[in-house]
Amino acid sequence: MSSTDGTVRVASGQGFWGDDLEAPVRQVEQGPIDYLMLDYLAEVTMSIMQKQRSRDPSAGYARDFVELMARIFPTCVEKGVRVVTNAGGVNPVGCAEALVEAGRAAGVAGKARIGLVTGDDLMDRLDDLLAEGHELKNMETGAPLSEIRSQVQSANAYIGATPIVKALGMGADVIVTGRSTDTALTYGPLMHEFGWAPDDWDRIAAGVIAGHINECGAQCTGGNCMVDWWKIPHMAELGFPIVEVSSDGSFVVTKHDGTGGRVTRASVSEQILYEMGDPTEYITPDVIADFTTIQLDEVGPDRVKVHGVKGRHDTEFLKVSIAYAGGWKATGTLTYSWPDAAAKARGAARILRERLDRLGHEFDEVRTELVGWDSTHGALVGPPPADIPEVQLRVGVRSSDREAVERFTREIAPLVLTGPPSVTGFAGGRPRVQEIMAYWPALIRKEAVQPHLVVEVKDV
Amino acid sequence: MKRIQLVHLAHARSGDKGDTANVGIIAYDAAHYPLMVEQLTPERVKEHFGPMVKGDVERFELPNLNALNFLLHGALGGGGTMSLMNDAQGKVFSTGLLRMEVEVPDEVAKAAAGRGRVPADWEPEVGGYV
Repeated sequence: MSSTDGTVRVASGQGFWGDDLEAPVRQVEQGPIDYLMLDYLAEVTMSIMQKQRSRDPSAGYARDFVELMARIFPTCVEKGVRVVTNAGGVNPVGCAEALVEAGRAAGVAGKARIGLVTGDDLMDRLDDLLAEGHELKNMETGAPLSEIRSQVQSANAYIGATPIVKALGMGADVIVTGRSTDTALTYGPLMHEFGWAPDDWDRIAAGVIAGHINECGAQCTGGNCMVDWWKIPHMAELGFPIVEVSSDGSFVVTKHDGTGGRVTRASVSEQILYEMGDPTEYITPDVIADFTTIQLDEVGPDRVKVHGVKGRHDTEFLKVSIAYAGGWKATGTLTYSWPDAAAKARGAARILRERLDRLGHEFDEVRTELVGWDSTHGALVGPPPADIPEVQLRVGVRSSDREAVERFTREIAPLVLTGPPSVTGFAGGRPRVQEIMAYWPALIRKEAVQPHLVVEVKDV
Repeated sequence: MKRIQLVHLAHARSGDKGDTANVGIIAYDAAHYPLMVEQLTPERVKEHFGPMVKGDVERFELPNLNALNFLLHGALGGGGTMSLMNDAQGKVFSTGLLRMEVEVPDEVAKAAAGRGRVPADWEPEVGGYV
């Protein structure tokens, strides 16, 4: 065990790509931890990384991670903190190469080993897999992948803890993976430390729940928390979560002393429910966890104990995240003032629509929202009051025809001089055309992926 | 009996999975969980969101957390990078559900008044909240 009390402390340093850059630094500097997990991936993130790699073959991973390690690598080495991350995105090899360089520059050459996990990327094998009968049907619609095969940009299997456990066993200090599940970054180290057997369902399920609580960073320590949010202390230096796990799988969610935020039953419960499907079957590559068995107890200030977790046998499948080119979109905004702000905005949207129609452009969808009135709660709020002080008109369009979207971006500014009066807020220039990387979730049999997973460990 | 908005009885968090938004809603007080179970049926939640939810509403119970989890299918305009919605990832469907009204005994309504809302005289201070 790493700590004197027999627990293993896994700290969360990033909940998504773009999270608080100072948080992981505080995690390694402000108190004892054994592992730092950094989750950079979401459904949308893989698509963005894929776009970046298509423009630059050396890109496609979270560069933030490499910059972070340049700052914290020496401290991690000195304190013996091991780092586990899925920052590799769609290019873990490129990420690991950049990390070696950053490590040498930071003065840890010869003092640390990097573990690299590859094999989750199915892109080059896609046609072989389809030929072998893996249909990769869309989990939501049931449609076969062949419908969009030519548009596919990336395909990655969500992989579990096995390669992470293996890399730790081989002595890796920093482990870089591609599309590891978010939760495996936490329970992988626990399986390694405690030697939990692969069929120790309850303990691994407890580790999954520790991972689920950790994976969104401060969303369990007071960030985005609804309960008396205005009373949560020192949000400017919000403490990120740490799970202190015992060998029986029970654990305490906490944060470093002196950091901001709040860990309570309420803050932890909110995070448990985040992105939840059927709570009785939270499926991961290694176990199915039952969230209705979780017991929470507040055992001290900023300390919530989680216990009683039950799990059961894993499935025969892995989830696959596929990104495909799904057309183009853009969003433009203008701000209208009192009087009759909402009427002016709606009038402008009508004129814009008619101009695009007259130009012969076709869109798959045109969406008009009034920011300041209905862009969050839609039909729940009814029509806007006549005396609303201002609204921001927000129009979005989507089309398979790039030209149509391009033209839309040039039709927003003209409305300032050719549409309803008292309009402003157009100083940002023309909206940007964005390529849509659509998401296609599928399942694949484990034996089609697992033999292809490769773990390498090398010196910095 | 009185009708009050859920915001005074419960807190919530929402997120996305493809074109489905999930809303987890948690009773502040365990004593109010049964009335949420009784009144927040999938049918009523579907009716509440009206045209915002194109598909079905599914409900799951988590009595261990005094919580219900709703899946709102077809709520995110295609989801992910496809969606044109300001709230493409369903982050604020949570508070959308908290607008819903439930019927509670008078004394519950009285005790819950003001809960979940910022006091009128509150001002942010340097160093974070508080």
